[in-house]
Amino acid sequence: MSGAGARENVFATRMALTNTKLRLKGAQTGHSLLARKRDALTTRFRAILKKVDEAKRKMGRVMQLASFSMAEVTYTTGDISYLVQEQAKLATFRVKAKQENVSGILLPAFEVDRVSGSDFNLTGLGRGGQQVLRAKEVYAKAIETLVELASLQTAFTILDEVIRATNRRVNAIEHVVIPRLDNTIKYILSELDEMDREEFFRLKKVQEKKKRDAASAAELKALQDGEEALPEPVEEPTEVTTDLLSSKDEDVIF
Amino acid sequence: MATHASFKDRVLIAVIGDEDSITGLLLAGVGHINEHQKKNFLVVDAKTQVSTIESAFQEFTERKDVAILLINQHIAEKIRPTVDRYQQAFPTLVEIPSKDHPYDPSKDSVLKRVQKLFGE
Repeated sequence: MSGAGARENVFATRMALTNTKLRLKGAQTGHSLLARKRDALTTRFRAILKKVDEAKRKMGRVMQLASFSMAEVTYTTGDISYLVQEQAKLATFRVKAKQENVSGILLPAFEVDRVSGSDFNLTGLGRGGQQVLRAKEVYAKAIETLVELASLQTAFTILDEVIRATNRRVNAIEHVVIPRLDNTIKYILSELDEMDREEFFRLKKVQEKKKRDAASAAELKALQDGEEALPEPVEEPTEVTTDLLSSKDEDVIF
Repeated sequence: MATHASFKDRVLIAVIGDEDSITGLLLAGVGHINEHQKKNFLVVDAKTQVSTIESAFQEFTERKDVAILLINQHIAEKIRPTVDRYQQAFPTLVEIPSKDHPYDPSKDSVLKRVQKLFGE
C-alpha cells in the first residue's frame, strides 16, 4: 500500500487527484525556479568572494601607505592628533547607499559622498602643511578603498544569508513537499483502483444474484406448472380403486 | 528586510582605532559629532579598558546613522568573541590594519568565513 511515507490528509476522489496533480506541477516549477535562482546567486557570490579577498589584501597595502604618510606628517609637524580630534565637528567624508538588484535581492552598495570642506586648514600652518595635505589625500584614497570593501562585504553577508534561505527552500521542496504530493497521488490512485475493483466485484455479485434469482424463479415456475399438470393422472387410479371396491363383481362369491 | 528602509540614512563612517589611524581618518574628514555631543570615533590606547571598547562597539553598531564601522585589527582581537558574533549587514564591519600591527588575513572574521567557503 502507499501508506508508506507521509501524505496529505485528503479524501480519495477524482477532484482531489486533479488538485494534487496541479499542486505537484506547481511545486516542480517552483523547485526549478528556485534552483535557478540559487545558481545565479551562487555565481554572483563566488565573484564577490574573490573580490572581497582581493580588496582585503589591497587594503593592507593601501593602509600601509597611509600610515607612512602619517608618519611623515608626525615627523615634520609634530603630534597633530589632539588638534585633529578636537577640530572634528561634521563629517565631510560620508557614504551614500544605493541599491543593486541581483535576481530579486536588493544588494546595497556604498558610494563615497565627499563634500570638499575646509577642515583642518590651519593644521600644519607653521610647518609640514604639504605633508598634511598629502596625508589627507592618501587617507581619502584609503577610505575609498575601505568603502568599496565595505560594500562588497555587505553584499557578501546579505548574499550568504539569502543563499542559505534559498537552499533551505529548494531542499524542503525537493525532499519534503514533492515526495509528499507524490505519495498523496499514489494513495489516491490506489484508493480509486480499489474502489473500481470493489465496484466491479459488486456488480458481478449483483449480476450473479440476478441470474440465480431468475433461475430459481424459473424452476419454481416450472415446478408450479408441473404441479398443475401432474395431479390428474394420479387421481384416476384412486377412482379406479374406489370403483374397484365399491362395484360388486359377479364372480366373487362372498 | 527592516534595514532596507533605514539604510538611506546611514551615511557615517565610525572608527575604533589607535591614535594614528584615527588622526589619519579624521584628517580625511570622517569625524562627526552629533547634536548629543556623541563622537563617531573612539581612540584606543594601551590604557583603554576592554569594556570601554565593547560598549563603543555596541554603541556604533546600534546607531542608525552609521554605515561602516572601521576597527583596527589588533583592537578587534581584544573583543574577538563580540566581533565574531556580529553578523548584521548594517553597519558593515571592516577590520583595518594599524601602523604597528600589519594586516593578518587569517584573523579577520569575514575572511575566515571566506576561507571556509572556499575550502569546501
